[in-house]
Formats: sequence, structure tokens, C-alpha cells
Amino acid sequence: MGAFLETLLGGLMTGMLYSLVALGFVLIFKASGVFNFAQGAMVLFAALAMARFAEWFPALLGFDSKLLANLLAFAAAMGVMVAVAWLIERLVLGKLVNQEGITLLMATLGITYFLDGFGQTIFGSDIYKIDVGLPKDPIFLMESSFQGGILVNKEDLYAAVIAAALVAALSLFFQKTATGRALRAVADDHQAAQSIGIPLNRIWVIVWSVAGFVALVAGMIWGSKLGVQFSLSQVALKALPVVILGGLTSVPGAIIGGLIIGVGEKLSEVYIGPSMGGGIEIWFGYVLVLFVLLVRPQGLFGEKIIDRV
Amino acid sequence: MLYRENGQFKTSYAADQQVFPIDQDRIAILLLMAFAAVAVPLLAPEYLFRAVLIPFLILSLASLGLNILVGYCGQVSLGTGAFMAVGAYAAYNFQVRIEGMPVILSLLMGGVCATVVGVFFGIPSLRIKGLYLAVATLAAQFFVDWACLRLKWVTHESSSGSVSVAGLNVLGLPIESPVQKYLFCLAFLVLFAVLAKNLVRGHIGREWMAIRDMDVAAAVIGIRPVYAKLTAFAVSSFIVGVSGALWGFVHLGSWEPAAFNINRSFDLLFMVIIGGLGSIMGSFFGAAFIVVLPIVLDNVPGWFGLRIDTALAEHLKVMIFGSLIVFFLIKEPHGIARLWSTAKEKLRLWPFPH
Repeated sequence: MGAFLETLLGGLMTGMLYSLVALGFVLIFKASGVFNFAQGAMVLFAALAMARFAEWFPALLGFDSKLLANLLAFAAAMGVMVAVAWLIERLVLGKLVNQEGITLLMATLGITYFLDGFGQTIFGSDIYKIDVGLPKDPIFLMESSFQGGILVNKEDLYAAVIAAALVAALSLFFQKTATGRALRAVADDHQAAQSIGIPLNRIWVIVWSVAGFVALVAGMIWGSKLGVQFSLSQVALKALPVVILGGLTSVPGAIIGGLIIGVGEKLSEVYIGPSMGGGIEIWFGYVLVLFVLLVRPQGLFGEKIIDRV
Repeated sequence: MLYRENGQFKTSYAADQQVFPIDQDRIAILLLMAFAAVAVPLLAPEYLFRAVLIPFLILSLASLGLNILVGYCGQVSLGTGAFMAVGAYAAYNFQVRIEGMPVILSLLMGGVCATVVGVFFGIPSLRIKGLYLAVATLAAQFFVDWACLRLKWVTHESSSGSVSVAGLNVLGLPIESPVQKYLFCLAFLVLFAVLAKNLVRGHIGREWMAIRDMDVAAAVIGIRPVYAKLTAFAVSSFIVGVSGALWGFVHLGSWEPAAFNINRSFDLLFMVIIGGLGSIMGSFFGAAFIVVLPIVLDNVPGWFGLRIDTALAEHLKVMIFGSLIVFFLIKEPHGIARLWSTAKEKLRLWPFPH
């Protein structure tokens, strides 16, 4: 029982991190109908920027406070992500208005290649560390009820709290602010939104910036967990089934999908994996999604797709 | 002036519906075939065969297969690499486990196995479409990658999934030198291209296109979506599977699952989209573009006498590759095939403006 709960909790934590990346996908798809394959590359790019800035600023400006360095690096990386968002809107999406979904998908795949190469060209391609002071030591829960208690990584716990806070903040932003309302309007209907005077281009820059912000937070957390390296951009492939499971258009769906896939992956790896030769978490999420889609083609929380002739 | 169909009257339906209705086209394609089959083997250096021509032929075959699925039937697939892997490993098993199995039969059986897997992973397409389907086909990619690495009987008990074949021969003729490999692949490609062209202009092809253009409307006029979609998956995976088997047997010789990873799937989708969706010709253009571009980018610094360290060069290459793809999508979203047909239209009127 203890081992089961431990796996379950571990799965929930990982799932929270998946949903953080998945959130980026959902935000952009909701607002512009683009399935942004570059989200993983954005995570890597943001994490690289943050890691390197945190190294460069203290050396350049001659101060020694870690907190200050991290704050400055975070702000600078955010600035970089806004610039990236603006450039993507300007140079790519703005010119591909009205193209089919698949063409847009391929364009974001092109952006992925570009960002991967560009990030490693200017920031270097070694493994870097992000140290934002998340505690690394494990803690034990419920030692009274089980022998040995349940081992939980404190870092994961903080990460999950940050992710939850981010989601709450984003929902507030979407529900309560004027910009959020405009974003939702654009998501519902581009033309109608434009005709009541919402500037589409600016909205898209904002959405891509918000997605960049989410990528930065995800990159920071994943980066401090695993180190900043190229494999970070593969996180996107883990987050894809999460998005589809939750539904491409649903923010809560991204969270719940992430939790389901995180838990499912870990449990299946521990309980089914050994009998199949191990390593099944690579495809477990995808196969799970395949079966869910057979029952609910729009994902768990997606908008129902209605076909009209 | 030269490219004009004046005076070429058709007197039967068969003549009117042939693949190349214009005489000049027919002559051009025959010249091209003669050039590819006779002149190229005599003239091209060995490096060209290994690095460009053989990969180009095999990947054209694969993108031809993918184009049937994505371009003609409108079902986006990101699992092409997986179907290639199935073809390659299945063909390998037939070749190794059955004594005296002819190579061609092994290759075709690889295609048949890929068909079975393709139809299985195509079943979700009956319920889901568009981007949801694209992600769902990734399941095939990751599952097959994993199976080739972990299931020992797939790779005939070899460690780390790497396998190799040697001593290929067809009807007593060895396939070892680059020229022989090239001709072997060329034969396959021509055969399958003719097959594909005839399928897509036949009634099954029209069903696929109806499903692509609007599946609800197609169902209303009596096209069975189940049949149309699954046949598209079957034909496409068969061709892709055969090309995967060729890639393993003829091009690589010895390979491991990483040869068919997700980047292969992306590359193939790039070929289809840059070449032109729903165009047999486009598959060739796309494959040529994606095969040649990285080689050109590799050599560009050398032409200008620049020395860049390899890691940086690799990153720059990825960067330029990505931006060229975006550039191409913006400039011509319908692919090179569209440019080609525009050029042909212009040529028909030349030298008059209207």
C-alpha cells in the first residue's frame, strides 16, 4: 500500500509538470487555432536563456546575490520570450493566415528546428544548471501509518505548488481581465472578434508571450530538476497526449489530463511494465489517449466537434 | 512554341484519359526514364549514389505512400517512421528466419506486415480527425520504436535492436555495388509510382478525395468512410513499409530502431507538404528538396572557405533548415508541385502573354 501511494503521488507530481507544458499548447490553440509544436523548443529556449543569463549577469555586473541573479535572469528571459513571440507573429503566423491546420503545424515544426538551433548557437549546447533554490531533500509522509512512510521529493512538491499557482493565475487572467476577455473572444470567433475592434495581431502576440511565460516557468522547473540540455525539448512529446486527452481547447482539461497521464504512466510502469520488458511509459500515454479518443473524439473536456455539410 | 497540344486530337475515351495526354509530356517522361536508367548509372560518381540518389529514390517511395494518405485521403499521420520500421523489421525476419527466401518476396512481405499495422492504427481515424488524429498516430510511432528495442523476437534476439542483412541477390544477380542498388530501387519506385497514379485516378482514388474534401458529404452520397479510410491506410502503409524495407536492406544494410524514429516521420511529412499535397509528382520534388538541402547546407561553408566547428555548424544547419521550411510554406503553401503546374501553364502560352 505504501509503495502504491508513493507511485501515485510521484505520478501526480510528474503529471503536474506535464500539464505545465500542455498548458502552453492549449493557450495558443485556443486563441489562434495553431497547434504549436514549437512549445517544447520554447521550453528549451527559455530555460537556456534563463540558465545562461543567471551565469552572465553576476559576472558582468559584479554582484553576488543569487536571488537577484535569478530574478534578473527570469526577467531577461521573459523579455527574450516576448521578442520571440513578436517575431513569430510578425514573420510566420501573420503571413500564414487562412492556411490549413496542417500547414500551420508544419510551420511551427520549422520554428522548432529554428529555435533548437538558434538557442544552442547563442547560448551554447552543454548541460547547464538552473538553481532557483528549490530544496532537493526528500521528505517522508505518514510515517505513522506505513512502515518507512511515503517518500516524496520536496522539489516535486514545490514544483506542483508553483504549477497550481500558475494555473490559478492564468484562469483569473482569462476570466477577470479585459485582455483575458478579448483573448476568449478571439478564441471563439476570429472574425466576430475583429469586427468589434479587437486587434488580432496584438492578441496573438500576447498569447504567444503568455505561452512563452508558461514555457519559461516549465523550463525553469524541469531545468532545475534535470539540468538544462537538449533533451528538455522532448518534454513536448510527453505533453502531447496530455493535451489531446484533456481536449485541445480546455485549460482544466490540460491539468486533469496531465494528472491522469502522469499517474497512469507511473502505475503502469511499476505494475505492468516488468511483464512486458520495461520502458512502457514512453508509449503508455499515447495508447491510453487512443482508446479514450475512440469513445470521446474531442478529448475529455474539449468542445464537441459538430460536422455540417 | 514546342509545348503545345494543337492538333493532337483524341478519338477514343482511352486516349482521352491516359496519364500523359500531351505527346510532349510522354516524350519527356520517356527521355527522363532513359536518362535515369541508362545515363545516370554510367555517369554518376559513387558518392552521388550513396549520399543522394539512393536515399532520394527510397524516400520518394515513402513520401509517395504518405501522400496517398495525407494528400489524397486527408488523414494526417505522424507515424510514418513507425510503418517504415515495421516494413524493415518484418522483411528482416522473413529473410533471416526462412531459409532461401527471395529478397523481393521479403520486401513485399514487409509491406504486407506494415499494411496490417497501418490498418490497425488507422482504425481511430473512423472516429477522430485532423490534429487529434495526427497525435493519435504518434502512438504507432512510440509503440513501434519501443517494440523494436525491447521485444527480442522482433530483432531475432540481437541486442539493442540493431540488425543487418548481407549478400542480397535477386534471381541470381547480386545487389551490392551502388549502381545495382540504384537500379533496384529505381525499378521499385517506377513500379509503385505507376501503381499509385492509377489507383488515385481510379474510383478508389476518387473516393479518397471525396473523403478528404468533406467526409460527411462523401458519406451522404454513398461513399463508405470505413472502407475508403482504411484502404487509404492500407495502400499507404504498404508502400511505406516496402520503402522502409528497402531503406534497411538496400540503403543502410545494418540498422537499428533509431533509423526510423520520429524525426523520420517529420521529414516525410515535410516532403509531402513542401512537394505538394495530393500530387504524385510532388512526392518526388519534396523528397529531392529534403534529401538535397542538408547536403547543400553541409557544404556551403566549404565553398566559401569558412572553417566552423562541427557543433556550431550542426546548429546553424538545423536553424537554416527550419527557417527555409517556414519560408517555403509562406511563399508557396501548395508546394513545389503547384509551381511546376504553373510553369507548365505558362509554357503552353509562351511566347505569347495570353
